[in-house]
Amino acid sequence: MEEFLNMGGYGAFIWPSYGISFLILAFLVVLSFRRLRRIERTLKPLEQDRRARRRRPAKRENATP
Amino acid sequence: MAVDLHRFANPTRFLRLVSAIFPWAAGLTVILLGTGLYLALFVSPEDYQQGDTVRIMFVHVPAAWMSMGVYTMMAVSAAVGWIWKHPVADLSGKAAAPIGACFTFLALVTGSLWGQPMWGTYWVWDARLTSMLILFFLYLGYMAVWESFDDQSKAAKAAAILVLVGAINIPIIKFSVDWWNTLHQPASVATMEGPKIHSSILTPLLVMGVAYLSLFTTIFIVRVKAEILDRRLRIMQVNALQE
Repeated sequence: MEEFLNMGGYGAFIWPSYGISFLILAFLVVLSFRRLRRIERTLKPLEQDRRARRRRPAKRENATP
Repeated sequence: MAVDLHRFANPTRFLRLVSAIFPWAAGLTVILLGTGLYLALFVSPEDYQQGDTVRIMFVHVPAAWMSMGVYTMMAVSAAVGWIWKHPVADLSGKAAAPIGACFTFLALVTGSLWGQPMWGTYWVWDARLTSMLILFFLYLGYMAVWESFDDQSKAAKAAAILVLVGAINIPIIKFSVDWWNTLHQPASVATMEGPKIHSSILTPLLVMGVAYLSLFTTIFIVRVKAEILDRRLRIMQVNALQE
C-alpha cells in the first residue's frame, strides 16, 4: 500500500494531479446542476401562471357566444 | 438520406433530445472513468524513462484534447449561430465554455506537475505552454463577453467574433511542438504514422479520453438545458414587464 502511494518516489506529483482533476470536475458538475435547479425553480411558477392565464380567456369566450 | 438538422434547432425538441441522451451519457461516464482509472493506476506499467510520472499523462492528455475539442466545437456553433441565427447554437457555445476552461486549466496544472519532476521546472515560456495559456484566456474572455451585455443577442454576436478570431490558436497549439523548439514532447498519438505508444499505455489513455468526452457530454447537457431555460425565463420576464 505504502509503495503504491509512493509511486516510485513521484507520489507528490502524481496524486495532486489526480486530486485537482477530481476536485475541479466534481465542482463543475455540482455547480452546473445547482444552476439548472435554480433556473427550473424560478421558471416553474411563471410557466404555470402563463398557462393559467391562457386558459382563463378561452373559457370566457366559450361562456359568452 | 439527409438528416434534417434544422429540426433540432427548435429549443423544445432539442431539450427533449438531450434529456433522452442524459442518463446514457452519465452512466457511460461512470463506467469509463472507473475502468480508465483502474487501468491507469493499477494495470498500466511504469515508463522505462519516466517511471511512474507517466501516470500523470492519463489525466493530462485527455484534458488537453478536450480543451482543444471543446473550443473547436464552440467555434463551429458560433459560426452556425451567426449564419443561421439559431439560438441553440449560441447557447451551446455559452454552455460549453466553462467546461472547456476547466479542462484547459487542468491540462496546464497537471502538465506543470509533470514538468517539475521530468523537465526540472513547473513552467517554461515555450510555444506549447504559452499557446495553451492563451487558450485559457480566450475561454475566460468569451465567458466575460457573455456576462457584459444585457442584450443576449448582442452578447452572442460579440462572443462569436471572439471565439472565431481565437480559433487561429487551435492549429498553433497542435503544431507548436513541430514548428518551434520546446521542452514538450511532439505528438505521439495523433500522428500521420499512427500512435507511437505501446498498447499497454495507449489503451488506458484512450479509455480516459473517451471517458472525458463522455463527461463533457454529461455536463454539457446539464448546462445547455440551464441556458435554454434561462433564455425562456428572460423572455417571460421581459413580456411580464411589457404587460
